[in-house]
Amino acid sequence: MNTTLEHPTYNYKVVRQFAIMTVVWGIIGMTLGVIIASELVWPQLNLGLPWTSFGRLRPLHTNAVIFAFGGSALMGTSYYVVQRTCQTRLFSDKLAAFTFWGWQAVIVAAVVSLPLGYTTTKEYAELEWPINILIAVVWVTYAAVFLMTIKQRKTSHIYVANWFYAAFILTIAVLHIVNNAAIPVTPMYSTSIYAGAVDAMVQWWYGHNAVGFFLTAGFLGMMYYFVPKQAERPVYSYRLSIVHFWALIMVYMWAGPHHLHYTALPNWTQSLGMVLSIILLAPSWGGMINGMMTLSGAWHKLRTDPILRFLVVALSFYGMSTFEGPMMAVKTVNALSHYTDWTIGHVHAGALGWVAMITIGSMYHLIPRLFGRVQMHSVNLIAVHFWLATIGTVLYIASMWVNGIMQGLMWRAINPDGTLMYTFVEAVEASAPGYFVRLIGGLFWVTGMLIMAYNVYMTVKRREAVSEQPAPQAA
Amino acid sequence: MSNLWGDSLSGFWSAWIIVISLGTIGISAWLLFSNRHTDKTPDADGNVETTGHAADGIEEYDNALPKWWFQLFVGTVVFALGYLVLYPGLGNFQGLLGWSQEKQWEQEVAQAEERFAPIFEQYQEIPIPELAKDQEAMQVAERIFLNNCAVCHGSNARGGYGFPNLTDNDWLYGGEPQNIVTTLTNGRNGLMPSWQQLGEDNIENLTQYVLSLSGEDHDSARADKGESTFMSVCAACHGPDATGNTSLGSANLTDNIWLYKKPEQSVADSIRQTLHNGRNGHMPAQATYIGEDKVHLVAAYVYSLRYDNQEG
Repeated sequence: MNTTLEHPTYNYKVVRQFAIMTVVWGIIGMTLGVIIASELVWPQLNLGLPWTSFGRLRPLHTNAVIFAFGGSALMGTSYYVVQRTCQTRLFSDKLAAFTFWGWQAVIVAAVVSLPLGYTTTKEYAELEWPINILIAVVWVTYAAVFLMTIKQRKTSHIYVANWFYAAFILTIAVLHIVNNAAIPVTPMYSTSIYAGAVDAMVQWWYGHNAVGFFLTAGFLGMMYYFVPKQAERPVYSYRLSIVHFWALIMVYMWAGPHHLHYTALPNWTQSLGMVLSIILLAPSWGGMINGMMTLSGAWHKLRTDPILRFLVVALSFYGMSTFEGPMMAVKTVNALSHYTDWTIGHVHAGALGWVAMITIGSMYHLIPRLFGRVQMHSVNLIAVHFWLATIGTVLYIASMWVNGIMQGLMWRAINPDGTLMYTFVEAVEASAPGYFVRLIGGLFWVTGMLIMAYNVYMTVKRREAVSEQPAPQAA
Repeated sequence: MSNLWGDSLSGFWSAWIIVISLGTIGISAWLLFSNRHTDKTPDADGNVETTGHAADGIEEYDNALPKWWFQLFVGTVVFALGYLVLYPGLGNFQGLLGWSQEKQWEQEVAQAEERFAPIFEQYQEIPIPELAKDQEAMQVAERIFLNNCAVCHGSNARGGYGFPNLTDNDWLYGGEPQNIVTTLTNGRNGLMPSWQQLGEDNIENLTQYVLSLSGEDHDSARADKGESTFMSVCAACHGPDATGNTSLGSANLTDNIWLYKKPEQSVADSIRQTLHNGRNGHMPAQATYIGEDKVHLVAAYVYSLRYDNQEG
């Protein structure tokens, strides 16, 4: 690294590393998504090999987009935001470097072990116990670096973005350790210490809070820094931040049972999961309102600034999917939507529309500043990427809505004699057109990510050409 | 309310759940109400002054909570409390409606029984061979077959690897109406034991002999040797003429129908595999799932497949 790039106060090196890997893992994770989406349209594409079968590549896709792409984005931006808003360098450069290399090692271990068929079978927690121990060590180190940096801050106040990042980091540590508690049997096989309905409940307590803290609280932290920064406007309401932050982290903890409606889970657990999921609507929307209203007085910037467009559309999808979520948690709605593609659509409204869009917007703000540039190599390409991402998301979620509702209705349709009107395979056949449209949506996304990679490459390269001169002042 | 302190949960845990769930809802509401108003007055743009602190240049206004958002929050809390009064949620309190998912299921099943049972009942007295010719009845029966049997036997009932074809005239347990009803009602467990202990040489001889029975290419020297082993070991179940025994479910080995031959496998390999490892065939009992009335109908449907086949 060129020394002129080094910030006099802050550690930008680790942020740069995470930012570049965010783009790399984004492309890999989404490409895996496109591959498995293709397998659902043309099943023979799994080549009849175990390593490329849907069942093994699907967890690789989810781990790659959530933990590799999302994780790198969160760790990178949190290191950037905590330094800038606390006006102090990271607590320890060495520990920060360890979190970067440790996290990449975790992901490489996932890329190797999941296609080989090693899995705990817990959704979003498929990795086997030796890898889980590495995750725990890296994560506790990450928590130490982040929290100690806050402790050493030069400001009196802890900025709201850091509340969200801190809540995300602490909760994920607890979730990961409790859910993955297992008895090792062989070097790559373990059994959960929980059994039956308790195991299922712990898994979905983890699973839904992975959504709530990893994919929501963490990215709200990102939102609270990059939206006001890019819009150059004050945050709309400090007291709204307080109310929705505490309500969000308190209520999210309860929402897990809505994944287990009408199962062996006791009635009382299901009901509590449902009503607290509904209460979650307002705290979730608090973040959307605070982001959107921050733009009041700056709406005209949307016309010229595609980065801001990414951020605002991300907030819109966030608002939409956090409305959809509580609705799907209602038992009568869930009785139709559960086990259908509607769930997949809902997840991707959040994952593509919210998580990926807010990340990409933030990266386009962040990367030029990290590499001593005023802006990205091409603003027009950001605009192209924006439209590809938006159209891709709409194609994805609309096709999954259609498929999901159709499947739910086909499964429950009965003949006058009470027999089922459709066999399962008929619902699968009817889903094929939706799977194809979803694949197109995925291709839009991967294309956008490749354009982003080119834009990032050119931005970084151009930096080298001008690095003879004094580095421009980082904003 | 009587069983609030003990039923499925012990009194302590019931109380614990009630306290923490109402506590969570209560603290959320308190948080909301206590931060509702701001003491600052809005400027010309409608924004109130900032809090005064700035983080990396980001300032924060101290606007009041949007009214509609506040009302939305209150509305969800009211809904939650109402729901918890009516439905089970607060520990052992069962809710005023007395609803549970088990009761809902039982009710729905009872309603369906009442509505649909007469449709199936009307066919009970009709003998299976006659019922098999009743177009309307067979339409109903086919639906039952597609949703319960097709997952193994295929939607065309032609079976697959390990799952018998129901449209030919090869019946492990007999193809007469009563045989089919028994198969459907109680299920079947077919057991071909492993003969590994006979040694490779004998297994190969037996394989060649079994191949010879259906006129497949075989090594006749080995087949001759295999015949005596067959008579002492296999004939007990498959019979000296190897045509099987429907009361045991042992397969006819002379008809060139191979239940356990994978599509890409040679007949010889599948026989070797069977002799090495044995086979376990399992047809689950259906009467407990679909009831005897539907068993009667499905039996007629399966019989009709055979009937159609004979006609054709």
